[in-house]
Amino acid sequence: MKAGTLDRGLIYGTALVLAIWALIPFYFIAISAFTPQSNVSAYPKPLFPGSVSVATMQLFLESSGVVPAMLNSLAVALLTVVVSLALGAPAAYALARFRFRGRAAFRAVVLVTKLFPVAILAIPLAAIFVRLGLYDSLISVALVHSAMAIPFVILIVGAVFVALPHDLEEAAETLGSSRWGAFRRVALPPAMPGLAAAAIFAFVISWNEVFAASILTVRARTLPAQVLASLSTSPLALKFIAAFFMVLPAVIFFILIRRYLRTVWGPR
Amino acid sequence: MHTRTGQLLPFTLVLPSMAFLAVLILIPLAQALFLAFASDSGGFTLANFQRMLADANFSDAYRNTFLLLVLIVPLQVALALAIALLVNSRFRGHRLFFLIYTIPLAVSDLAAGLLWLAAFTERGYLNSVLQNAGVISQPVLWLSFDNFAGLVTAIVIAESWRTTAMVLLVLIAGLELIPRELSETAALFGAGRFRRAVHVVLPLLRPSLQSALVIRMIFAFQTFAVVFALAGRNLPVLAGGTYSSYATNHDERLAAAYGVVILALSLVAIVLYLSLPGPREAEVER
Repeated sequence: MKAGTLDRGLIYGTALVLAIWALIPFYFIAISAFTPQSNVSAYPKPLFPGSVSVATMQLFLESSGVVPAMLNSLAVALLTVVVSLALGAPAAYALARFRFRGRAAFRAVVLVTKLFPVAILAIPLAAIFVRLGLYDSLISVALVHSAMAIPFVILIVGAVFVALPHDLEEAAETLGSSRWGAFRRVALPPAMPGLAAAAIFAFVISWNEVFAASILTVRARTLPAQVLASLSTSPLALKFIAAFFMVLPAVIFFILIRRYLRTVWGPR
Repeated sequence: MHTRTGQLLPFTLVLPSMAFLAVLILIPLAQALFLAFASDSGGFTLANFQRMLADANFSDAYRNTFLLLVLIVPLQVALALAIALLVNSRFRGHRLFFLIYTIPLAVSDLAAGLLWLAAFTERGYLNSVLQNAGVISQPVLWLSFDNFAGLVTAIVIAESWRTTAMVLLVLIAGLELIPRELSETAALFGAGRFRRAVHVVLPLLRPSLQSALVIRMIFAFQTFAVVFALAGRNLPVLAGGTYSSYATNHDERLAAAYGVVILALSLVAIVLYLSLPGPREAEVER
């Protein structure tokens, strides 16, 4: 089967080239982040560095404000997870389980907000937050991030509840369980992985967001806001180290929720 | 079953998120229009837009935003289509490769710019590789302010790298709605891989291609951090205009005017998206 071998060779060759294209920037940033101080400005740089070191990283982490910014990012992202799940998950359950007036309109709202450039609204929001005394606070950033994350939470959680049969819940109710009891004991446990995925997705949205975070903060900078604000002044080595720490958790979490990606970017 | 509480329950569950989105989107939207269109005395004015048009960066920002859109969107739709067809051929290990192709989507626009900065910067990996291969004798300044083509190329590569996966996911979902029997029948009648792709799969994939195109257009209007990371202020874009007017010049009315332009462009694209024939809802839901 010569033709088949050739065909397979072509498929795997293409697949491999594309995989290298997808992964090589991660490799660049990793070897950049672990470059020993003596090699930071070396040229030409070896593609396979003979030595790696955390010394440069340590130096910048101790001095540059990357760590406090990361803690801010973490706080904002966790707050975003709580708010967007508390608001989005019940709505998703309603969309999946009930036919009610306005359901189609609500679905349209979810769809539009998914695509709407919410971050651009940070400019007018800044004026509002100043008046409310919330400007330059982690809470204000988390509120905007929640607005961005809610449509995605609704899509993921909604898809999970649609896939679970409703009959079990109804059976539990017929057997004397309250609606809440039936939900908690029958519908919730199998939906937990989906809820976790929605939480992770909300976390990544917040962790990655830069525009609103930059506009709404001056001192309470998240990591991306801090990096953006100091782009023109910080040394290359610091940029690469900061990028490494921005990318690492996002990629790990992203791989964890890979099963749910089609729900988010699949057909509407 | 349908007691009164049963009828009220869905509204009770939906209301909090609706109210939240209304407060965080509609109020600032009104405020944005007010900032952009109201004069200091509260009357209607176009002065902010006139200032924006007179802004040295505006016409460049407008042109660059659309230039990037025109370069990036077709490129990544073509690339995503090729990858989607490849993955959809279900070769052994296609799941792992599909996962690898989607990983760049986890990266933020700012981080993507910095990742590719490691490649394109003067003493970066691209120049290092070229130099080691003997192609160049000294580093090329890809990202210098007077190297417009270099700046644009770097941004196109970084942004295509990051967001092609978004298009890919839309197309893969679309491909899965197409019954495999169609392609198999065509193969039975002697159609090769290429002809099946062009004559069977592509026409049926049109709704997905259209939505992918529009989704990418909407995101293209917000292109910003990837540009800042690679080009600094040497390549102005619309969203960068919003940011700089606010963060550097503390001119929230000018920033709002820029923002209103982006919002208007996005709304046109969103209306376009909603009016496209999508896959049947029932088909998708169950």
